[in-house]
Amino acid sequence: MGLASLNNLYREIVLEHAQYPQNKGSLPKATHEQTLHNPTCGDTITVQLQIQDNKVIQACFSGQGCSISQASASILTEVVQGHSIDDCRHMVTAFSDLVIGQEIEPADEQLLGDAAILGSVAQFPTRIKCATLAWKALYQAIGATEEGR
Amino acid sequence: MRDNFATDFPLLKQMVNHEHLVYLDSAATSQMPEQVMAAITDFKKTDNANVHRGVYTLAQRATERYEGVRKQVAAWIGASDAREIVFTKGTTEGLNWLARSLKIHQGDKIVLTMMEHHSNIVPWQQVAHRLGAELEYIEMTPDFRLDMADAQRKIDGRTAVVATTLVSNVLGTVTPVRELAHLAHRNGAVIVADGAQAVPHMPVDVEQLELDYLTFSGHKMLGPNGIGVLWGKKALLDDLDPVEFGGEMISEVGLNETTFKPTPWKFEAGTQNITGVIGLGAAIDYLQMVGWEQIQQNNQQLVQQALSAMAKIPGLEIYGKPTDMVQTGIISFNLAGIHPHDVATALDMQGIAVRAGHHCAQPLMKALGVPATCRASFYLYNTTTDVTRFVDALVATKEFFTNGIS
Repeated sequence: MGLASLNNLYREIVLEHAQYPQNKGSLPKATHEQTLHNPTCGDTITVQLQIQDNKVIQACFSGQGCSISQASASILTEVVQGHSIDDCRHMVTAFSDLVIGQEIEPADEQLLGDAAILGSVAQFPTRIKCATLAWKALYQAIGATEEGR
Repeated sequence: MRDNFATDFPLLKQMVNHEHLVYLDSAATSQMPEQVMAAITDFKKTDNANVHRGVYTLAQRATERYEGVRKQVAAWIGASDAREIVFTKGTTEGLNWLARSLKIHQGDKIVLTMMEHHSNIVPWQQVAHRLGAELEYIEMTPDFRLDMADAQRKIDGRTAVVATTLVSNVLGTVTPVRELAHLAHRNGAVIVADGAQAVPHMPVDVEQLELDYLTFSGHKMLGPNGIGVLWGKKALLDDLDPVEFGGEMISEVGLNETTFKPTPWKFEAGTQNITGVIGLGAAIDYLQMVGWEQIQQNNQQLVQQALSAMAKIPGLEIYGKPTDMVQTGIISFNLAGIHPHDVATALDMQGIAVRAGHHCAQPLMKALGVPATCRASFYLYNTTTDVTRFVDALVATKEFFTNGIS
């Protein structure tokens, strides 16, 4: 097979996000945040969100990890912007389905935007957790503080 | 003498991702030769019965085989008495039993090293928390060896246990265990050695090394998983209470009181992993057939070849001391700017299996200042062709992540 198949996983856009991550840093006005670890590899991702009137104003991430987890987090912070909390939950579910190789609705794929490119990770089962780490953090961030608000 | 043992290992004759498999993760688990598989199958076909129970001939035969391996293991590690060999399910279980049953008191010190695997850290942490004992770690020198001056400072009159690995599973460092044993004994402490990475690669003689306890696993030395050994000096084992209770380990059971069998049988409660023991014996047979000289020569040749080729790859950093690595077959490394997981996936696509991650040694990763490393570990079935494939694949991986594929 050789390295040619790697192009499926490390698409140009993925490598670009890994190399030049978007919205990496901390968000002073964060209203929601969650840090998650991947104990098998030691990767850590913190996702921070500023949510106002049920809308994501801004999203940020920090932490370190492989190019898949970094790119996934970077893309996440871009695609959730402007979406409602319910939309975010829906995106997490769609993304989780996508990366384990399940078919998702065209509308959901559109909702995921660039994140849908990571669907190719389904061909690399040992790397699925790398892709989902930031999304799990997002899910817990919006879930954890929802009831109190 | 044969110069290539790979043909004895059926698993290695396969394609992975359309490439011939190059298996470089023997420090995690070794592959099994046909001879060990055959010994296990033969035992199941001809001698299988529960041990130490039946009066019939078959049970007697199984018991003799089982106890025969105990003697074989004793001779293999230089123990003078087969009763010093306790069968466990692996290194981790042996370390847990020791942490739970050694005499440790409030205010005592347990001295470990910065190079330990989690299995030689977490059990001691648990016991330290429970009993109010204190943990201390012997630091490393910049050239990835143990800082013996620090060991002299830390191992003192309050120390009850010194627990150290014989070989670091990340760095391939061989620890000066005999010196540590001296320091421990001079201060009235016992020395516990984790032999998981050492026993597959080099002769380990418990008396020469002046150890008190040694633990190791079958699956890293060509044997099956689920079987391991705890060796301890007879007088010390006599003094330890069993951790598990039940059938087979008892002498006499009353309604309120039970007396136990003598060492080592008092530690072996319930039906043991008899098949695993037979496999372990066959693995020792195989290692003895190959011989330490051949094993060491192969490690040396492959690691030297790999190190000199890897030195030509810009941005490749190696964690370990070459004079240690050539003995233990372990090379930990990182490619600058590429996460170890990405490297491991890229190598996998080229048919090469290496480990990437923290290697169950998070404190050591922190000390090295890296989140993770890649690790290639070689064993007697690896060849110079494997090394060439590995290094070529590394070069291609670096190229892919730097310039992509045109």
